[in-house]
Amino acid sequence: MLTSEITLPKEKVYRTAKWRLFLERDSSIGYAMVAPAVLILTLFIAYPFILGIRMSLSHWLVGQEPVFVGLQNFIRNADSTIFTRTVQNTFIYTAAATVLKLVFGMALALVLNNTFRGKGLVRAAFLLPWIIPTVLSTLAWLWMFDATFSVLNWFLRYLGLIQRGISWLGDPVLAMISIIVVNAWRGIPFFAISLLAGLQTISQELYEAAAIDGANAMQRFRYITLPMVKPVLLVVLLFSIIWTFADFQLVYVLTRGGPANSTHLFATLAYQVGVVSGSLGDGAAISLTMFPILVVVVVILLMYLRKE
Amino acid sequence: MRQRPLERILLFHLPLWFFLIVTLFPFFWMFITSIKPNAELYNVRMNPLYVLHPTLDHFRYLMRETIFLTWAYNTLYVSILSTAISLVTGIMAGYALSRLRFRGAGGMAVGIFVTYLVPPTLLFIPLADVVRAFGLLDSPWSLILTYPTFLIPFSTWLLMGYFKTIPRELEECAMIDGATRLQAMIKIVLPLALPGILSAGIFAFTLSWNEFIYALVFLSSTEIKTIPVGVVSELIRGDVFFWGPLMAGALLGSVPVAIIYSFFVEYYVAGLTAGAVKG
Repeated sequence: MLTSEITLPKEKVYRTAKWRLFLERDSSIGYAMVAPAVLILTLFIAYPFILGIRMSLSHWLVGQEPVFVGLQNFIRNADSTIFTRTVQNTFIYTAAATVLKLVFGMALALVLNNTFRGKGLVRAAFLLPWIIPTVLSTLAWLWMFDATFSVLNWFLRYLGLIQRGISWLGDPVLAMISIIVVNAWRGIPFFAISLLAGLQTISQELYEAAAIDGANAMQRFRYITLPMVKPVLLVVLLFSIIWTFADFQLVYVLTRGGPANSTHLFATLAYQVGVVSGSLGDGAAISLTMFPILVVVVVILLMYLRKE
Repeated sequence: MRQRPLERILLFHLPLWFFLIVTLFPFFWMFITSIKPNAELYNVRMNPLYVLHPTLDHFRYLMRETIFLTWAYNTLYVSILSTAISLVTGIMAGYALSRLRFRGAGGMAVGIFVTYLVPPTLLFIPLADVVRAFGLLDSPWSLILTYPTFLIPFSTWLLMGYFKTIPRELEECAMIDGATRLQAMIKIVLPLALPGILSAGIFAFTLSWNEFIYALVFLSSTEIKTIPVGVVSELIRGDVFFWGPLMAGALLGSVPVAIIYSFFVEYYVAGLTAGAVKG
């Protein structure tokens, strides 16, 4: 009886302060708090995405009215040798750079997983390629690849490995190799530090138990380390593949897609066509071609990740 | 496990030094070039790793002949504002999605994660048109408002993880004592989530400082460019490369992020690995 006497006036107070009650409700606070993020993402991601689809289906030059042309831009792209070369380049670039980053990133993570003096400082130094503006560190690489004053050539000559300087960025194949190496250089720290975080969660007792059971180092890596870091590895791969596939800055600084359009990736070709030449429809079509490919990659990796 | 000395050299010291040299050489090269006089820079007979007469000429050139300091100011301005916007919206969204029960919360969380997977180069052409429609082309606000598109998803996800580790009981006690939901969030939860907020902030700041393609496409006037775009587009003219000033600019443009990073390494690494380890 006592409780009802207490709750009745309380409810009355609440009724008179309906507005305050509304403000205190989870759902109203929730929507209000999510609104700014949703607004920005809708305005600058969801809407441009729809606009991009419209652009890619139109003949749309800067400053002119768009004309709907259906899939013409995509069809014309598929016939263009520069575009098909670009598709091929992007796959090679992504695959080769990812393998390099995976192998060397894992190796570096295993090295850093040792205990040694100055570990914090060393780990911090290894992340530098990842945190320094990519364009600026890539400029240093451009200078290292310079046709006449390349310090890499100087090393190779010094070691007696070559007689004449190599034109790193002047030859289509060497240029592809060069941009792949620089991408790997920049991405290895991200793999290494993330994998290291994964390695540190593995209990030392597991390795000791395995060693007692007679497992050698290779077996311990194969049956303990790999399965334990697999979830981390998959997440790192997911982001790395997306970023590498959609890379722009590195190629823009090193080759601008040259020599003779032989090192373009989707993003640099889209920039060339859409921004430099002002053909928005073609440019949007080129960059949107990445979308279905990325969706497939993401879905496969996420399904794999969920299984773990 | 104990390693024999030879094993430790082969499996630890050798690879460690190999990785260190490869990782750091480009930065050394950047530095040595920036203090080398032109006479030594373009002399093929010299050992390029030495510098005989170090000089600050290239830095002087950068300060006098280019508006590097203006670019630095622009970069700082854009980075701070876009980081602030992203942190505030990210904190609110992260808190709401991890703590409050409302219809569509799960869907929104997934939606925000999906936008995190969208690379900026996928949408830059239509986005330029949106920016133009808002009358923001060639204005720093074109960057301040679009950088959050890749900063908010990241901050929201990182902070959702942090908020989930803070026990609900703390807020519930405060609310029983008469605090409103917002007071409980600001006075109880936010101070506890400070490491996460710091991680997200450092991360967002470096990402904005380093951003290139939006700044390249949306800005055209020299005096509002950011460092990455200014250095690449104004110091490289045609086929003529002024390597001294270029490397001086690259070095100076890298120093601010490197300093901030060195103070907050632990938070940066925590942010970097949080997604990977917890996700």
